[in-house]
Amino acid sequence: MRKLALKVTEIETLSPLVKRFRFEDPKGGALPVFSGGAHITVEMPEGETIRRNSYSLISDPYDGSGYEIAVRREDRGRGGSRFMHTQVREGDEITVSSPANLFQLDLRARKHVLLAGGIGITPFLSQLRQLGMEQKPYELHYAARSREEAAGLKLLPEAAHIHIHISEEGARMDLGAILDGQPLGTHVYTCGPDGLIKAVADQASRLGWPRTAVHSEAFTAPPPGEPFEVVVKSSGKTVTVKADQSLLEALEAAKVEIDYSCRGGACGRCQTHVTACDGRILHNDHWLSEAERAEQKTIMPCMSRFKGARLELDL
Amino acid sequence: MPNTEFSPSIDSRPTYAGLVSQGAAHGIMVADDAGAEALCDLASSDASVMDHAHVLLVGAAAETFGRIETLNPRGLHGAPDLAAATPLIHRLLSEARMGTALYLAGSEGLMGHVSALATGAGLPLEAIQMEHRGSIARRMQCVHCKGITEDVTTDPFTCSHCGLTLFVRDHFSRRLGVFQGVCVDAETPGEVPETVEIRA
Ligand code: FES
Repeated sequence: MRKLALKVTEIETLSPLVKRFRFEDPKGGALPVFSGGAHITVEMPEGETIRRNSYSLISDPYDGSGYEIAVRREDRGRGGSRFMHTQVREGDEITVSSPANLFQLDLRARKHVLLAGGIGITPFLSQLRQLGMEQKPYELHYAARSREEAAGLKLLPEAAHIHIHISEEGARMDLGAILDGQPLGTHVYTCGPDGLIKAVADQASRLGWPRTAVHSEAFTAPPPGEPFEVVVKSSGKTVTVKADQSLLEALEAAKVEIDYSCRGGACGRCQTHVTACDGRILHNDHWLSEAERAEQKTIMPCMSRFKGARLELDL
Repeated sequence: MPNTEFSPSIDSRPTYAGLVSQGAAHGIMVADDAGAEALCDLASSDASVMDHAHVLLVGAAAETFGRIETLNPRGLHGAPDLAAATPLIHRLLSEARMGTALYLAGSEGLMGHVSALATGAGLPLEAIQMEHRGSIARRMQCVHCKGITEDVTTDPFTCSHCGLTLFVRDHFSRRLGVFQGVCVDAETPGEVPETVEIRA
């Protein structure tokens, strides 16, 4: 994956838990442009560990002058978002990957309905600009608990087809009302908590929407957990995964070659064959099916962990 | 005559799984004379499917029209050919809501054309049901002049626009709803293989 060494040029507090970061080329060069819904992976070196989290780009996809992301501080996470919130300063250097997109708009759609829950607003911020630029019809619904927590409010333009639902004010998002009666050829995109994604999928299928018109992105940073060990089959080497490290990060630190893109259990890129498993894989991804999980023959190292006596990976 | 079985080909060649009632969902049905038979079969599997369906018959005989009429579809329209049917299909698609089922039956030319209009209107291909009935004639696009020749039944055939002798390929353009025809004697002008009937 191509890496870019950038400079942090702006940090803005959007809500008590969310900050916006802007990165630019230190020499003022143009960065690769991207498409709405794309993300970058940010490297967060702390001591000898390098954590890497992926964040959706929220800036204009056609603007190569900088990349912007919004980071929600997860105090119970591995420490990546806390690092962004407490260690990163304007003027710092930061290494990011070039953009990749796992949540693209289907541009054949006649209309796009975008549904965001909480911090799930982020991928839509770049998509909105793309839809505006391409003059495609859309409506966006953004649900948040309270106005104070709704970090996206500062980043959303005022427009008739942008609807805000604040549950504390009694304005909950009514999925039935939103999805019913949409014109043929509409596609729906959801980003937010798993419960929201599932509710949208259920509602859409009840209304007879084809499954391929229903898109979602649930990417969360990998959760921390208890430390565990894993054996790399080719070398026989044992790698220890620390509590605040993902399996993928531990393998990378041990210089084991492994492919990745989203680092959030959504793209399938890191899928790894399990050659021995005496214990239980704690699957945290959104990629494997229930049957695949039960088999314990594959694991998504970017998200999942292990509890038991021995786990050997085909690497 | 049931849904035609085509011999296995390249993966991209369209296949037609047959029509299955989507129950109370609104429906748009487009069929030609032979395809109307498939609509009758669909209605006999579930008579209520017609209560919610707009049927458009393309180039159908009066007798066929009458048969569909007795099934009491919610709406029934006719058009002499695909060109005349196209504006009506556009209108039906633009007025339809998500959850509408699209049923196509008849020749590959008809199904290819209408499914191209529907995917152009944002409907995923998976949401379109198709059943092949009647002639196995193909709608062919000449890859050289881009002209479309209807009702091609032989291989090779002559492009009705530029006159080249074209080889009938199984390559299908979903965007245009046509098979691709490629010049058969480009390297050796005049050396044309024997003409054969297209088979299923
Ligand atoms: S990197 Fe995308 S699923 Fe693991």
